[in-house]
Amino acid sequence: MSLLDVQGLTIRYGNDTVVDGVDLYIDRGESVGLVGESGSGKSQSALAILGLLPRQAEVSGSILFDEQQLLGASERELDTFRARRIGMVFQDPMQALNPYLRIGAQLRQILRSHGGTDKAAVDARVLEMLAKVGLPDPDRQLRAYPHELSGGMRQRVMLASALIVEPDLLIADEPTTALDVTVQAQILDLLEDIRDNTALLLITHDLGVVAGHCEHMIVLDKGHLVEQGQTTTLFAAPGHPHTRTLLDAAPRVDRGDVATSATGSTILSVSDASVEYRDLTAVRKVSFAVREGETVAVVGESGSGKSSVVRAMLGLVPLSAGRVVYAGKNLEGPVERRLKSQRRDLQLVFQDPVSALNPQMRVRAIVAEPLLVHEPSMTAAERLERVTAILEKVGLSERFLQRFPHQLSGGQAQRVAIARALILRPRVLVCDEAVAALDGSVRRQVLDMLRAVQADTGLSIIFISHDLAVVRSISHRVLVMYLGKLVEAADSGTLFTAPRHPYTQALLDSVPVPDPVVVPKRAPLRGEVPSPVNPPPGCVFHPRCTKAEARCGSTAPSMRDVAGSSVACHFPN
Amino acid sequence: MRAGRGIRVTGGILIVVAITALVGPWISPHDYFTTNFDRPLAPPSLGDMHLFGTDDLGRDLFVRTMLGIRVSLLVAIVASFVSLVIGVAYGAIAGFVGGRVDAAMMRFVDTLYALPFIFFVILLMVAFERNFLLIFVAIGAINWLDMARIVRGQTLGLREREFVEAARLMGASPLRIIFRHIAPNLVGIVIVYVTLTIPQAILVESFLSYLGLGVQEPQTSLGALVENGVKLMESASWALLIPATLLALILMCFNFLGDGLRDQFDARSLS
Repeated sequence: MSLLDVQGLTIRYGNDTVVDGVDLYIDRGESVGLVGESGSGKSQSALAILGLLPRQAEVSGSILFDEQQLLGASERELDTFRARRIGMVFQDPMQALNPYLRIGAQLRQILRSHGGTDKAAVDARVLEMLAKVGLPDPDRQLRAYPHELSGGMRQRVMLASALIVEPDLLIADEPTTALDVTVQAQILDLLEDIRDNTALLLITHDLGVVAGHCEHMIVLDKGHLVEQGQTTTLFAAPGHPHTRTLLDAAPRVDRGDVATSATGSTILSVSDASVEYRDLTAVRKVSFAVREGETVAVVGESGSGKSSVVRAMLGLVPLSAGRVVYAGKNLEGPVERRLKSQRRDLQLVFQDPVSALNPQMRVRAIVAEPLLVHEPSMTAAERLERVTAILEKVGLSERFLQRFPHQLSGGQAQRVAIARALILRPRVLVCDEAVAALDGSVRRQVLDMLRAVQADTGLSIIFISHDLAVVRSISHRVLVMYLGKLVEAADSGTLFTAPRHPYTQALLDSVPVPDPVVVPKRAPLRGEVPSPVNPPPGCVFHPRCTKAEARCGSTAPSMRDVAGSSVACHFPN
Repeated sequence: MRAGRGIRVTGGILIVVAITALVGPWISPHDYFTTNFDRPLAPPSLGDMHLFGTDDLGRDLFVRTMLGIRVSLLVAIVASFVSLVIGVAYGAIAGFVGGRVDAAMMRFVDTLYALPFIFFVILLMVAFERNFLLIFVAIGAINWLDMARIVRGQTLGLREREFVEAARLMGASPLRIIFRHIAPNLVGIVIVYVTLTIPQAILVESFLSYLGLGVQEPQTSLGALVENGVKLMESASWALLIPATLLALILMCFNFLGDGLRDQFDARSLS
């Protein structure tokens, strides 16, 4: 008998059916991955199981949990299941923790509301649980407020609060999506280690996470269940075309072709760049160069300074030291003071296409605006021609001309933003996490489009990303940053096959591989990225490094060449 | 953009009220100042076309009420316009320039907030005698402070938005950024706020008139009519009830309209 038996689950909002006849079974102790792109109904299904859908939702079908019907049960009845027998973890732990209560108080409250009366026993259990989820110094953390913890630590607390009553089922909705990749690896390992006999329903868009951590998987598409089965079977032989599309779109960090290095001459160089904000140094003496027609990826976790260095290069934030040279000329000062010709040659595409497009302007006006600024002599007809041509290049037809940004999907909006950046025919395009917010298949299309434009025009691309698998598929060269410093720079071919810096190696090992046959590596790094306000002395990476020796804590290594890579490490491989 | 039902209903009521106020006095055989001591305090009746009855001086209350609505609406709209012009310009400049200029400008606003404005207006009225124009200016001068704060906050937020950054990168001039990227995104909130300012201005005007500091006889406004109605309440309840009800109706409609518009613009900016 299944622990959870969902049959014909259908969720409607008015005439809008978001989940349509989904069947789903979970046995005791089993781990099931629920995958799908945005709008596939995966989160809605989970909320329905928990009875947490908004009032307007019309839910039908059957949800049997341990042979009891949850659908249509009263809030009171549901409360006996929620938190006690079904635990939950969401993407953003800050939303789920009460900011006004200390961590210890929140955990104690859970135990007390489930009948824990003996104060000493409750306290002991809370401490035990915090230690189990790997919170360092649990005695002290008991008294911490949620905002005093890092994102990873908060998610550990969430896991502790969900598992403290030993529920039969844990529902985790994108539990690691907001975390850095090395922390994601730790949390996923932890989830595996401590859930004992608790069954797991893991909702995610990341096939790598499912491949490494779920026995079964269920694929949803636009509210329909398209395929389910053993994870290994589905990955080896996907039966449904949608599953195949998802698998094909999932980039792999461990294999696949990498672009051969570009041979053009240097077009842009940054030397010894530093960026300081009020009380922190975001970037310390970073140097790199970009060749014509080359894609250079800048990768790193949060706080690495990857966005800051590029924004300073563009003149959006002030550079506190260092030089930027473009086509033989110094670029100085904020973007407003730079020459018009230099401004048109360097363009930026943002992460969130929705906030990068003026909501009051139509696509046609958005894309045409750079022309109005830089080529005022152009007639309206010529402008329209250019706009139509560039939209076609990014894969949008003429019917998008009259749309407003809110009438576009995420992928379409990002294409419009790219079209706006490309219409002046820039020489360098900066993409700041430009595909991070897009679904797998759309991301792949946008990357293909960028590659095509590059082949066509010899455009140089600086591609900022936290996602190494995506980087592998697009870049010629990769720069790895950690806490404001460049730690390794190498051609993609070298970096992905023979990483030299221990951090690069750890980063590569942390990326989940969408292939259940590849045994997932244990989280290679302990701890999290320290605060850039107070970085460690010596080599900034030494507190987390497995190879660190006394010297690493006192002397910062400088960049040196080791077999085709530049590495800042005392003990490179 | 389709208007919600709330907006259509309340907007419709306001339009009907305004048109009646404009056209009504022409159609009626009576005027607003002729006294008729044969028929003081006549109750509403169709027979002699005293639709809302007459007051203690025998003047037709229908025409006087319509006149009162005209005056109240006119005061409110002009006052809101004054606050709109000053407030938007002031707030947008403070928000866009930012830094010390912003700090200095907003401290000035804070200082003005500290002054008891109603008292200030009353003093003005007493000092300059009762001047119609002065009421507009005085009420507008109260309301622009709120408008300036709201517009400044919104501008600060918009300035950090990525589409403004994109415009900077493409080389757009500050004027272009203000007029093309910031101003259009302010329109929604400004319209909403003006709609909510109008009833406030109507209330202030009514309050002043009720104190006897508003428009001068034989001119009248809703506030003045209510004030007179209160005196006659025991012998002629209609003299109070009709203008008071209309005042409440107009205020409510503007408030609902403002709320409806806010929801509408919120929905749009979220989607």
